[in-house]
Amino acid sequence: MFKRSDQDKRPSVSVFVDGTAIAARQGDTVSAALLASSCDARRATAVSGAPRLPYCMMGVCFDCLVTIDGVGNRQGCLVPVAEGMQIEIQKGKREIGR
Amino acid sequence: MNTTPARDSYDVVVIGAGPAGLAAAASTAGAGLSTLLLDENPGPGGQVWRAIASTPVTAPDQLGADYWAGADLVSEARSSGAEIVHRATVWSLDRFLEIGVSVGGTSSFVKARRVILATGALERPFPIPGWTLPGVMTAGAAQTMLKSSGLVPDGRTVVAGQGPLLWLLAAQILRLGGRIDCILDTTERRNYFAALPHAFGFVTSPYFAKGLAMMREVKAKVPVVSGVSELTASGDGRLASVSYLAGGRRETIPAELLLLHQGVVPNVNLAMSAGIEHRWDDRQLCWSPVLDADGNTSVPGIAIAGDGAGIGGANVALARGRIAARAAIEALAPAAVAKLTAENVLRTALAQAERGRTFLDVLFRPAPRFRIPSGDTIVCRCEEVTAKEILDAVAIGATGPNQLKAYRRTGMGPCQGRLCGLTVTELMAQARGKTPQQIGYYRLRAPVKPITLAELASMPRTEADVGAVVRG
Repeated sequence: MFKRSDQDKRPSVSVFVDGTAIAARQGDTVSAALLASSCDARRATAVSGAPRLPYCMMGVCFDCLVTIDGVGNRQGCLVPVAEGMQIEIQKGKREIGR
Repeated sequence: MNTTPARDSYDVVVIGAGPAGLAAAASTAGAGLSTLLLDENPGPGGQVWRAIASTPVTAPDQLGADYWAGADLVSEARSSGAEIVHRATVWSLDRFLEIGVSVGGTSSFVKARRVILATGALERPFPIPGWTLPGVMTAGAAQTMLKSSGLVPDGRTVVAGQGPLLWLLAAQILRLGGRIDCILDTTERRNYFAALPHAFGFVTSPYFAKGLAMMREVKAKVPVVSGVSELTASGDGRLASVSYLAGGRRETIPAELLLLHQGVVPNVNLAMSAGIEHRWDDRQLCWSPVLDADGNTSVPGIAIAGDGAGIGGANVALARGRIAARAAIEALAPAAVAKLTAENVLRTALAQAERGRTFLDVLFRPAPRFRIPSGDTIVCRCEEVTAKEILDAVAIGATGPNQLKAYRRTGMGPCQGRLCGLTVTELMAQARGKTPQQIGYYRLRAPVKPITLAELASMPRTEADVGAVVRG
């Protein structure tokens, strides 16, 4: 869906999506890294389980909700990636205790 | 930069580090007032200058001169002495000028003597059938990815809607080697006539030449369909095609990415939750705060600058930021006023920046069909409520957005009405034969962004706080 510009010389950062490593770039948000990768990043809504991807990328729509390092309901579009970050595509509601 | 504010009180707290917030904070800190600038993003710039300090898109002509114009203001703010905290989510503001802010999962309260809200704008909802499908995004979303990560569309991409930002985004995507298969222009033909009386201000503004050049640049490379009067996104689990009606012809084109845009509207959540009076703006079709010439609101001590005060764009925001800051300095440090830019210079700059806006507002006024949906089209994305369900609730007695919450939970999901509020107001107004002003808006309350109970519970508390709730 998206490709990286050739002039992007930022260092690579490895993050894990449901356990599989993907290459992000330093300064990417989690949502940008997911959309730039080939992984299926569609979450499922809490209400009906409908598939969604990020819509606004500016912290407004909450369609980028994702579990990051064990914490659910994070807005992926506001969180920059960090080396070794564990990202889980959130299916449905946030679970109690995470 | 991402730590909890250093102090618990400041002369001035500015919320939002776009053009208005940067200008305001740079001015008040420069005048010697202790200033805290809180911003939710990883770096300064707001949306228009997003990632200006970190973008990988460094070739200057690709993002354009208007983007790089922000660099000076960012340096001014950074060297002004203002404390700037990024990744700070402000979730509360009250009439005592106490601000609840979450940074890195920890919340605290800070007090201010003056607050300048510069929370900017967000994209107007564009509720067409299928707009919740994966692969449908706002134009602003694509621009955010382009600016902050150098990402551009590379599959079948359709851009639909209207307004200056749409053409700017298209030009930027093409300059970076991205793909756009088609632009569907939804501008109503009658708008051209309606806008004509306002053309003088526009033609004599800098937007005119820039806008024409950009449209020419894009039209040389991408087919544009004008007069689009219906729009549907379809697909099973993700976007597969976009259908449209234009000039009596119905077409369907395959697409994996649809970028929607029909203008931006003030981001009112924090201001409304503080009890600031807003009125329905019939020209911009949104809620705007009631302000005096300095940006002061109905709540003493709180001013609003930038697009949150009514859409005006970056240069207007910058001028309003300086004017609001000047008023704060006059109130708190009158001795410092003599060194500031003279008031009439600021007002002239504002008037110049506002030139042409009326024309743009009228020309790019979104059509009723794209603001007020019908049938199974989702209105509230969070709670997945359709237009028909809202009209059914009206039929059995729901009188306005607040009553509707009890019937349908509209606006009660995590986005707190940011993507359904305007639609709900206009839809209910139309159904009940009232004006949007009469119908009103959701009653917004803190926390205006979701935070956990655990975070609230672990906030620092005084003995008085504990005494207020613990018995014995």
